[in-house]
Amino acid sequence: MSSPDSGPLLAVDGLNKRFPIGGGLFRKPTDFIHAVDDVSFRMSAGESLGLVGESGCGKTTVGKLLVKLLEPTDGSITYRFATPAMDPHLAGPVETSNIRSRQLGAFRRQVQMIFQDPYESMNPRRTVYDTIAEPLVVQGIGHVQERLDRVSEILDLVGLTPAGTFLFRRPHELSGGQRQRVAIARALVIGPSFVVADEPTSMLDVSSRTAIMLLMQELAERLGIAYLYITHDLAVARYMCHRIAVMYLGKIVELADTEELLRNPLHPYTRALLSAVPSPDPTRRREPPDILGDLSLPVNPPQRCRFYDRCPLATDLCRREPHPPPEEKAPGHWVACHLA
Amino acid sequence: MGEGTSLFEDAPEIDLSRGRLDLALVRLRMAWRTLRDGWAVFVESRIGVLSLAIIAIFALMAFSHPILMATVWTPDVYDPVTGYAFDRFEHPSPPDWRHPLGTDSLGRDILSQLLFSTKSEFILGITAALVTVGIATTVGAVAAYYGGLVDSLLMRLADLIIALPGISLLIVLSALFNLNLFYLALIIGVLGGFGGTAIILKSQALSIRVKPYIEAARAAGGGHFHVIFVHIIPNLLPLSLLYMMFTVTGAIFAEAVLSFLGLLDIRMSWGIMIHTANTGGYLLAGANYWWLIVPAGASITLLCSAFYLVGRALDEVVNPRLRRHDR
Repeated sequence: MSSPDSGPLLAVDGLNKRFPIGGGLFRKPTDFIHAVDDVSFRMSAGESLGLVGESGCGKTTVGKLLVKLLEPTDGSITYRFATPAMDPHLAGPVETSNIRSRQLGAFRRQVQMIFQDPYESMNPRRTVYDTIAEPLVVQGIGHVQERLDRVSEILDLVGLTPAGTFLFRRPHELSGGQRQRVAIARALVIGPSFVVADEPTSMLDVSSRTAIMLLMQELAERLGIAYLYITHDLAVARYMCHRIAVMYLGKIVELADTEELLRNPLHPYTRALLSAVPSPDPTRRREPPDILGDLSLPVNPPQRCRFYDRCPLATDLCRREPHPPPEEKAPGHWVACHLA
Repeated sequence: MGEGTSLFEDAPEIDLSRGRLDLALVRLRMAWRTLRDGWAVFVESRIGVLSLAIIAIFALMAFSHPILMATVWTPDVYDPVTGYAFDRFEHPSPPDWRHPLGTDSLGRDILSQLLFSTKSEFILGITAALVTVGIATTVGAVAAYYGGLVDSLLMRLADLIIALPGISLLIVLSALFNLNLFYLALIIGVLGGFGGTAIILKSQALSIRVKPYIEAARAAGGGHFHVIFVHIIPNLLPLSLLYMMFTVTGAIFAEAVLSFLGLLDIRMSWGIMIHTANTGGYLLAGANYWWLIVPAGASITLLCSAFYLVGRALDEVVNPRLRRHDR
């Protein structure tokens, strides 16, 4: 998948994002939400990684950090784009927090994001053409004629055909699935090498969900795009991704190849998630998820294991020790648990 | 927007080979369609249409004055400021066929004054409205987008301006400077633009600022300038248009008050007409000298309410939640 000498496309090291609560002009905030807490992972070119977790566990924050919509509090995100010849600004490793305004445009051409809500992620006053051509316009790529051609080409690609009838519709004239296709087209129109897809199917009808997932997969494969697929649904992640990272309260608790993770879940949280996936077989009894209580808020969390309060296996060790560092239990299978 | 037209037939086709020209044509056509749909909602409001008709009549009045002066009215008799009705023995004199609204205490034709003033009221109202809304939209969008210190400074400035009593401030300013119509419009515009209207537009801009499409625009590589002027301000414009109407009302009213108090450096206006009646001592005997007061007074009331009511009808166009669906 990845060219052997280029190293990983993306290296995330010790990523932290804390949001202050309260505070003001003259008052320092004392409480912080630890939305993302010491997250590290690697991705190679063309690979797809699923980021799975409950609402509020920091998935979307990771996504926004990766596309530089947010700045990390701590840690680094380093890209190594495969096409340095194309863009002198992006030669060698690019660390997002060091990107200066001159480089930012080039960076945005390589890293794009698909947003969760197709109903809100498009300006209601702008046409499909305006929306999709926006990256080209703000980056000053091409002339009107070239942009028109490029946009109709990408509309064909995402299955909105004939392109001519869609170019000048406004978002309210499109269905949810069509809007999400437009959102995908917008992310792909400048030919990125990495895309963050933030639950692109969660707001859609079940009927259009599969179509969108298929489309994304096909396009990513055809165009050689690596993507981070954020979802709360393990079944979707299984379908879409080579590898899956499970996140809990700002920490990645388990990371492995998709089949390995599903066959051999090591973290109690992953097991609970797996047992919550509905089974199409009505006769199959499944044990209730052995997980206690509700997602707690990551506001100034204690040092111990994040999952301690809800873990069915928690021991005295888990209470005393700090949050366990991820360990490689099997080749490529990382778990952060004292007991695994 | 759904008055029975099919979405699919409605979407304009485009000949892709012609590029810029065709793009401009399509945009023009879409703008026209938006306008047409908006108009369809607007005409549902009878008061809105009536008010628009009133404004149109005033506009005709404004245009008729120079025409009348050039054709049937002789300047030495009918000039709104320097004219004198020689055909009368005493002034003010009641209406007759030569002077349909009578003459004032200085022997000048009231109808001529009324028509002449209409133009300045429009200029004043529209200038003030444009200045107000231009400033308020930018201030609101900038404050909402940047937040933090910029927001705090702009909003405290707005608080300060709101705390100032408007008319009293204008009285003080008119004592310090020779206020003519243009400066008055500018002052009203700046006060409104940095004051209350800015706060209202900022609150709207805040709700736009948190929409995912703002983030999407940034992820696409759009800079601050791009986001503010392409995404936030166009979505503020409907509300801006509304407040433009309300500002016109406020400006005409303020002018009337200041003119009545004799504080403006203006040759003639509706407020000055009432001021003239007052200085002649005819205001208290208004019932006997109604033609000195009623034309100007009624015009002020009518034009102010017309602009206000057009604003309210536009509110329904702009704000679909206010629309009644029982028809």
